[in-house]
Amino acid sequence: MGKLSLQEKLALLSDAAKYDASCASSGTTRRDSKDGKGLGSTEGSGICHAYAPDGRCISLLKILMTNFCIYDCAYCINRVSSGVARARFTPEEVVHLTIEFYRRNYIEGLFLSSGIIRSPDDTMADMVRIARMLREDHNFRGYIHLKTIPDAAPELIEQAGLLADRLSMNVELPTDAGLKAYAPEKNAAGIRRAMGGVRARKEAAAEKSHTGKRGAKFAPAGQSTQLIVGADGANDATILQSSTRLYGDYKLKRVYYSAFSPIPDSTAKLPLIKPPLIREHRLYQADWLMRFYGFEADEIAPDAGMLDLEIDPKLAWALANRHAFPVDVNTGARAALLRVPGFGTKSVQRILAARRNGALGYADLKRIGALVKKAQPFIVARDWSPGALTDAANLRARFAPPPEQLSLF
Amino acid sequence: MTYTVPLPRLGTFAAWRSAARALAGARVPPEQIIWMPDGSQAGLFDAPPQPLPEARAPVTATKAFLTLAEQMCCHRDPRTFDLAYQLLLGMQTGRHKLSNRADVVVNHAQQIAKNIRRDRHKMRAFVRFREVTQAGANRRSFVAWFEPDHRIEELNAPFFARRFADMDWAIVTPEVTTTFRLGEVTHTAVAATPPDLHDDTEALWRTYYANIFNPARLKIKAMQSEMPKKYWKNLPEADLIPDLIAGAEARVMQMRETAPSLPPVRAQRILDRLPRRQEGDI
Repeated sequence: MGKLSLQEKLALLSDAAKYDASCASSGTTRRDSKDGKGLGSTEGSGICHAYAPDGRCISLLKILMTNFCIYDCAYCINRVSSGVARARFTPEEVVHLTIEFYRRNYIEGLFLSSGIIRSPDDTMADMVRIARMLREDHNFRGYIHLKTIPDAAPELIEQAGLLADRLSMNVELPTDAGLKAYAPEKNAAGIRRAMGGVRARKEAAAEKSHTGKRGAKFAPAGQSTQLIVGADGANDATILQSSTRLYGDYKLKRVYYSAFSPIPDSTAKLPLIKPPLIREHRLYQADWLMRFYGFEADEIAPDAGMLDLEIDPKLAWALANRHAFPVDVNTGARAALLRVPGFGTKSVQRILAARRNGALGYADLKRIGALVKKAQPFIVARDWSPGALTDAANLRARFAPPPEQLSLF
Repeated sequence: MTYTVPLPRLGTFAAWRSAARALAGARVPPEQIIWMPDGSQAGLFDAPPQPLPEARAPVTATKAFLTLAEQMCCHRDPRTFDLAYQLLLGMQTGRHKLSNRADVVVNHAQQIAKNIRRDRHKMRAFVRFREVTQAGANRRSFVAWFEPDHRIEELNAPFFARRFADMDWAIVTPEVTTTFRLGEVTHTAVAATPPDLHDDTEALWRTYYANIFNPARLKIKAMQSEMPKKYWKNLPEADLIPDLIAGAEARVMQMRETAPSLPPVRAQRILDRLPRRQEGDI
């Protein structure tokens, strides 16, 4: 094999990175380069600089340092047993691409991940070196997300957290059994230990010392993880329970759900499927309900274990819990309004503020931005009452798509 | 009596603000004011510009209103200046409250400001700098061409100044050229056409764009709602899109039909060398 050009390496190592769903660049500390001595800024919410035809935002330069890997995870394009072409960036090349892309306003920063080479420590040390070159040699003040190698030495994770905005470790499979079957070299207990370590380190950084000073910021945009959906047999209830644990026990900022997607050169162990995109979408909706709408996992995941693909989980919950409705938009508590289908957190905020000026009617809700058509069976307003609609037997049919007709040849 | 207020192309908000403060201080009703943004023709029966009235009452405005009004003043529709004034006047009497989204005027104003913020956000996202550094220069220089929907150049310049402070740059729009040299921002209202520039790094960016795309998850509508076609002509990566879409299905088919290959010989050697996980570890 001849020497690969930078462009050839970039092609291979971005292709290898695309199965990671995260591209967030939000929620870190505010920084800028107004002093003229550096490059970059971060201001609350990140920016998506492009969108690929898969509808995903491109906010970060998402690449692998190398796709050589000594692990054999069945779902992964980079597993040791795959015949995919291999490449490796030098740290200088990663730094060059990041800085030059950033200067042209293509990206918000770098999301660096890697296959495991030689040993977890060697891999992590190289990644830390890249982040340090960016921060110290180039005064780079943009966003850095480092994928952490769970088995790496704590000192390396410590350094990574001081340089990066976000750290992540991918659990990938929602159950330990799934991990054992499909990612035999990964270690569930080790991942949990490392995530717990990052949480503890973050909390220590947030605490003031006896002099009232705070320690150096540690991964200010938090840590995240990813679960693959549809590769193993885990159902939605199981997935949502693991998310609840991940948010609760490790204070994760985000859990990403990634529909298992065909990869070139698959393994016989894990046959390719059509990626379950709607299921992935419903899981994200459910995840949002748990984080911003006050729902618990066991409320949303039905007994059968799978979310309804035809209607969103909030509507499904409302249809199954009609006794909680209708809610009066002019007197209802915030928590009750948040459970109304068609009301987002923003609409609820606006309803609470607007109703202080007088009772709200149907048209007011529309102006406020609520999806009134969806909400109407579940609410009472100044000039609106759903009557028997709330309990109508055919209510689900109003929202679910009509059954698809079989076409004749 | 009618007041005609000329509003220059640059410094529009400052001009609107000082006139609005004076007019609202005299409680001049909105229908007696003609806001005349730069480039608009004076009507045949419009009164010539005249001194603003004496203030009769104090005028107060919240910080939130000033932010909103600054954004509104970027809008191309000249009626927006009138709407912003209506809102300011109504806030003096308590008739309009910014927090009340059920209020028709407030809601209209907020929606206009939201459009401006979207335009501003898309400019931050889709400006593409091309390098024009001269040989021997000690600061690197870049130029971008961008076509915003509204007059947001001044609103957006501080963002680029905070972000790209260690290099010189210019953003050229059809109406305004913004330059940043040695830490200083300057705006010039001058008509311009797209400059003819070339940057080799774009080949790398296009490589990245093509390879980060997952053909098994084609979602064209989702892409276009966030990156509408009107922006494509100025994005160096966008002409790859049709071929990426056209080839997607065949690529996925090929992945599916290719039988799993035999692992390379080295795979087993590497796996054998890995330390075995202890049972009960998981």
